[in-house]
Amino acid sequence: MTGQIANPSIRLKAPTPTARPTEGAANRERDVKIDVEHLSFFYGAKRALEDISVKIHPNVVTAFIGPSGCGKSTFLRTLNRMNDIIPGARVEGTARIDGNDIYAPGVDVVGLRRRVGMVFQKSNPFPKSIFENVAYGLRINGMAGSKAELAGRVEESLRQAALWDEVKDRLQESALAMSGGQQQRLCIARALAVRPDILLMDEPASALDPIATQRIEELVYDLKKAYTIVIVTHNMQQAARVSDHTAFFWLGRLIEYDRTDKIFTAPAEKLTEDYVTGRFG
Amino acid sequence: MTRMVWRRMLSSLFVGACAIAVLVALVPLAFVLFFVLSRGVQALNLDFFTHMPLPVGESGGGMANSIVGTLILTGLAALMAVPVGVMSGVYLSEFPGSRFTSIVRFAADTLNGVPSIVIGVFAYGVAVLPFRQFSALAGGLALGIMMIPIIARTTEELLLLVPGALREGALALGATRARAVFTVIVPAALPGIITGIVLALARVAGETAPLLFTSFNNRFFTTELTQPISSVTVQVFTYAISPYEDWQRQAWAGALVLVTIVFICSLMARLATSRVADMRGR
Repeated sequence: MTGQIANPSIRLKAPTPTARPTEGAANRERDVKIDVEHLSFFYGAKRALEDISVKIHPNVVTAFIGPSGCGKSTFLRTLNRMNDIIPGARVEGTARIDGNDIYAPGVDVVGLRRRVGMVFQKSNPFPKSIFENVAYGLRINGMAGSKAELAGRVEESLRQAALWDEVKDRLQESALAMSGGQQQRLCIARALAVRPDILLMDEPASALDPIATQRIEELVYDLKKAYTIVIVTHNMQQAARVSDHTAFFWLGRLIEYDRTDKIFTAPAEKLTEDYVTGRFG
Repeated sequence: MTRMVWRRMLSSLFVGACAIAVLVALVPLAFVLFFVLSRGVQALNLDFFTHMPLPVGESGGGMANSIVGTLILTGLAALMAVPVGVMSGVYLSEFPGSRFTSIVRFAADTLNGVPSIVIGVFAYGVAVLPFRQFSALAGGLALGIMMIPIIARTTEELLLLVPGALREGALALGATRARAVFTVIVPAALPGIITGIVLALARVAGETAPLLFTSFNNRFFTTELTQPISSVTVQVFTYAISPYEDWQRQAWAGALVLVTIVFICSLMARLATSRVADMRGR
């Protein structure tokens, strides 16, 4: 039940001696992008998340793993308040992004969702052209002043999503005519177009074949230079491959959160070990 | 073995019964089409579309004024019913759980079942009596009222078919709820909604009863919205009950024109829908 990672690998801040005694000399607190404290989530009377505390660091990939129904997707969706649209949903505790409580009264949810992009499990391109899909967020947020700027941002986003070369000659075609893997990368481009600083990915490759999955994983690896990425995955190999930090959820609780290599080789909790070695789940 | 035979017999019996039922259902349609076609074609010529009605005794002439009248009346109806109907549909699909929604839905279904002549009486009361004047506007109002529930319910059903993932996608990009509805959800359902509107138009274009005492009829060509106006249906009615053979022939021709309009509308709607289905299926 730890909520913090002391990892001396990259981007270190000044040492803070008290953050986590067990890590000894390596104990330094790094930047915190998302800071969640004692967060619980309710669907009506049913408690789906119980007292989650976690600090997510910038420019790393954080993976949420755990068996189905453990609350990892629900937790992901509390971070951009997508759960708000569910009737009867309720949140307790605090969640801060860059120090600002996103559940404080008067928070601009629309602005929050622009800064915290999301890619869904099933690709959901709009029934519009490829270009219009990427341009959508720019248009509704009034983020492109001119046509040239709009086209430039669309191209930039498609390049970031490693899709530009495949679609540059058919930008006006329907997005629904693309393959599943391309559609998912289009959804990533669409999310990147509004320049979020956090990207939430809810099992982005679970409906894709191995080749398309590999492309998404490479993309995630590239994108972490510029974004803070939180990825929910069912696939433990995927978590091991793409993530720097891993959080293991079980029955709505956060069981363990640490560096990915530690979670997979020397987990502190018996439950984590049983899960990552395939004994249940 | 005998059981097998029995089963086969039972099966053929039911298939036969179903086939007969289909035939019974199709026969009236076939007869209507056959009579309208055979009688209508004889009286139909180019004059019918370009000329005005002639007095009794002179043969020939056409229904130019009625055809234009029907177009104006259905146009007016669409102008009134499409915004109200589509927006109601959006409301119904966006707030599905509320009490008011179930009241609106019930009201729409009830309105849909109200006999068209009653709607004509209503339009007569609110749009004819106060002005002491039959008018195209009153006729358009009556037809529009009939269209609203059809459009509202079709729109609602089609919007509910749009996958929730599209809404989430729009919201996750920083769209407000209204923005998501009008820039993603409604456009996704638009081909279907247009189909619904076309079918509603086809339906009211064939109405006579609500026009009898709202737009009334007019022997002359007019596009004045505050004047009585002719329509194909009322003209067919007038001609059909007349004792003159020339007029009865014209009535058949008018009937054929109406059936053709409705047929073309349905066909267009069908084609549009199947194209949408193709797009979704890919």
